[in-house]
Amino acid sequence: MSKVRLATVWLDGCSGCHMSFLDMDERLVELAEQVEVVYSPLVDPKRFPESVDVTLVEGAVSSVEDMEKIRHIRARTKILIALGDCAVTANVPAMRNPYSVDDVMRRAYNENATLQPQTPNQVVPALLAKARPVHTVVKVDVYVPGCPPSADTIYYVLTELLQGRTPDLTDKSRFGA
Amino acid sequence: MKDRQQVLSRTKTLKIDGHDVSGREDETILDVARENGIFIPTLCQLDGLSAHGGCRLCLVEVKGSSKLLPACVTHVAEGMEVVTNSERLIEYRRMIMELIFSEGNHVCAVCVVNGHCELQSLAQRIGMTHVTVPYLYPRRVVDASHERYALDRNRCILCTRCVRVCDEIEGAHTWDVSGRGIEARIVTDLNQPWGQSETCTSCGKCVNVCPTGALFEKGKAVAEMSKKRAFLPYLTLMREKRSK
Ligand code: SF4
Ligand code: FES
Repeated sequence: MSKVRLATVWLDGCSGCHMSFLDMDERLVELAEQVEVVYSPLVDPKRFPESVDVTLVEGAVSSVEDMEKIRHIRARTKILIALGDCAVTANVPAMRNPYSVDDVMRRAYNENATLQPQTPNQVVPALLAKARPVHTVVKVDVYVPGCPPSADTIYYVLTELLQGRTPDLTDKSRFGA
Repeated sequence: MKDRQQVLSRTKTLKIDGHDVSGREDETILDVARENGIFIPTLCQLDGLSAHGGCRLCLVEVKGSSKLLPACVTHVAEGMEVVTNSERLIEYRRMIMELIFSEGNHVCAVCVVNGHCELQSLAQRIGMTHVTVPYLYPRRVVDASHERYALDRNRCILCTRCVRVCDEIEGAHTWDVSGRGIEARIVTDLNQPWGQSETCTSCGKCVNVCPTGALFEKGKAVAEMSKKRAFLPYLTLMREKRSK
């Protein structure tokens, strides 16, 4: 049996969901027998491959770069999983949403800067008007709330999928966690 | 004998989800459901306070009524047939919950009551894994002017528990609701900062009945605060006894 092709991506999140993924500890070894991680901040490849079975998405869609990435990824993924509160609700990144991008940038790079206050206008991707939950940009197949979802929850999701079932998260994970 | 007949006439028998149950005529569907271990979700309702009927999470189906009825304010009647768990109700509850989440700024991960919040745990219990309606991201004002407590309106769901406990139990009526619809928000006195309120006794009852982290004790960090509500039914009961 060929291995399931798994990818993980990190958009506007704190990497906590990826840490939680690693917290599966020795169960990662067991998963590695059935799963190949083809793209992730945790492995080498720099390009998102053409066909991926399952992608775990951490983080909200907050910048033009996130937007491009998630569309690219959706088009190449069979099952897309919103992993964690930032992906599911936009969570902490959305705390800027009641304010305009200009106000937010001014606050971060001018008002709070002590040395050479200036707003970056190159390299750093431009922010979208609002940080958005992933499902408001592309179709999401499974929602896994939690900040972060526990290693047990992630393990449950992956093992259910490996057995061809759709994981039911209703009582397994909550917002905030 | 006469007494007994009076009691009997005041007892109503009805069906909830197919179970035969009975209750006094002054009890609500919610009271009787709870006595019989039948779960109906609630948010604005709190034992010891007057009924408000505002959150609509407790809606149930009653045979013969085309409208859904809030269980917390609907009294039981003889022969009533109540359904609490139809597909339609489950869907409506999730929808109400999504609307509540979309209309404020609820960020459980950084909230003082994370893990001890009625809104958070109810969302989980009724199976809301994400919000399908657009978030509004309102700009709401925080009031941290009180010496010991603070109000973060971003987390307020306008259940009015604080308003009722302050008026009905503490007798101060410091809190009230100002504005209408999406503009509605709770205010102290005539919209002065809480710290300058002349009526607030700093008793902290509002803080403890608040189902979310909207009202909290200063100095508590994420997930550090839990609310103490057990005092309320006793207080109400004792006062009722005394006034008899
Ligand atoms: S502050 Fe708390 S108790 Fe008062 S209306 Fe808002 S959510 Fe309810
Ligand atoms: S609990 Fe009945 S309307 Fe809120």
